[in-house]
Amino acid sequence: MIPSISQPPSLRWTYRAYILLFYIFLIAPLAVVATFAFNDSLFPSLPWNGFTLDWFTGDTPQRLGVFSDSAMLESVGVSAFIAFFVTALSIFVATTNAFLFERYDFRFKEFLYMLMLLPLVIPGVILGISILISSNSMANYMDEVFNLEVEFLRPGLVLVILGQFAFITTIATMVIGARLRKMDRSLEEAAYNLGASKTAVLRTITLPYLRPAMVGAAIVAFLMSFENFNTTLMLTSSDSPLTITMFDRLREGSTPELNAVSLLLMIVSGVLALISVFVQKKEDS
Amino acid sequence: MKQHTSIFFWLLLAPFALWLILLVIIPHIDMLGIALREQTAPREYAFSFKNFIEFFTEPLYWRTFMRTAVMSILATALTLLIAFPVSYYIAKMLRGRSKSFLFLLCLIPFWVSELVRTYGWMILLRETGVISNALQWAGLVSGPVELLYNDAAIMVGLVYTSMLFMVVPLVTVLESLDDDIIEASYDLGGNMWTTMRQIVIPHAMPGIVSGCIIVFMMTLGNYLTPNLLGGKDSLWFTEQIYTQFITRFNWELGSAFGILLLLLSSLIVWLGLKLSRQTLTSTMT
Repeated sequence: MIPSISQPPSLRWTYRAYILLFYIFLIAPLAVVATFAFNDSLFPSLPWNGFTLDWFTGDTPQRLGVFSDSAMLESVGVSAFIAFFVTALSIFVATTNAFLFERYDFRFKEFLYMLMLLPLVIPGVILGISILISSNSMANYMDEVFNLEVEFLRPGLVLVILGQFAFITTIATMVIGARLRKMDRSLEEAAYNLGASKTAVLRTITLPYLRPAMVGAAIVAFLMSFENFNTTLMLTSSDSPLTITMFDRLREGSTPELNAVSLLLMIVSGVLALISVFVQKKEDS
Repeated sequence: MKQHTSIFFWLLLAPFALWLILLVIIPHIDMLGIALREQTAPREYAFSFKNFIEFFTEPLYWRTFMRTAVMSILATALTLLIAFPVSYYIAKMLRGRSKSFLFLLCLIPFWVSELVRTYGWMILLRETGVISNALQWAGLVSGPVELLYNDAAIMVGLVYTSMLFMVVPLVTVLESLDDDIIEASYDLGGNMWTTMRQIVIPHAMPGIVSGCIIVFMMTLGNYLTPNLLGGKDSLWFTEQIYTQFITRFNWELGSAFGILLLLLSSLIVWLGLKLSRQTLTSTMT
């Protein structure tokens, strides 16, 4: 069961075959999505009718490629807009959270840390509806008492951003907090001894040390926001982000254009994933 | 550690408190409030357990609830069974480059949106899909077979989507098991099964529990996979919540469902932690 203990060859080969099957299981769905993006047919299924790039570049109504589909492109823009704000907000709060929990001792610290982890335990759909309820009752209150219609408290972009920010902050806090915990405090003390002020130490010592973790967490936050479905579904309105648009198309019956979008998504998230792995590798060394 | 009265402490506490109170705590209190009320006249509400009573008296609701719970437990068990040999192979049988390569290969599919992964399974499983065609080509079936829109398809999708969250904790915990201990077990006359049962599995227990808890929570709260792979009869509890909120606009009942799902999820997590004597904080980090 470990390389140094000999096992009958039959068992070894069965084990290897199982591992191979597992990886086929893992890759198969992604491979078919990618392959059928190039099928010269109106449906993303067999038979294979030959290779085409129509589903990327086509501009006839029958064969609308991704790059000519304005509704699809617009939803990519909406998703990017949401992801940008979610990333900025959650990295900011995650960094302050990391300092709070790693650098200070206070009453109920353990309990508050557990509360900080809660958003990970709450199913996305429920996080979505609870924020929907709260913001709606707030909007109704403003309407009744001050006769004000507060547009951003109704389903829409702001609520989607807040909903995703609610749980992505937890993940970012864990990444940045782990890095801060590993920091050698004597670096900061040396700077203080040399007469540096608190803000100077923060700017020249602590934040540069945290940067790899912050970049890694920002990539993760951006991807999680871009790909989020459950929370977004409950909070979105007419400006739908990419995942919601794709979901609607999927239920109507899809053309291989959806495969083309998916392939582009895979490439972008794959590249971002590799960058974040690379950043973390560098952080360890 | 610094003094509590430092202004920096309060500056760090403020974003944490605002984020947690406004986006997590108040929304859930509001949700509980709505779940425990009943409309008596237009714009008039009274405290009532009506929504919870409706849940227990309407068979469709509690059957969907039980079905979601049972299928989530089954999906968790299956994920563990499939992931354990793979994690063991990565952690114990491989060294160096091939090890990090296979581990990374395990992770990459999960950087891709869940929507894309599920779409891949739809292309594989549907009547005109890849597997149906392969079976016909091999002569195993005479006509197209529909493999989509049944419980097995939901199960495949759920297991696939959860795999990463089982493999990562298992690989981490198995890597910390010293090879010498396994060799010692063989030297003392143990065979593969006794070593597995008495050495490897007890050692891996913390990882098994963490993986199972995370997979169970994610499965219970999943919406996309049952919805797309199970079709109209998928009967997943999150779909009931969505229906009550968005289609029927019955927020009171929908909130009660949300509370019940949260309770079930917390109960199972609590049981898992109690049985394995772990804490939420240690499981998540």
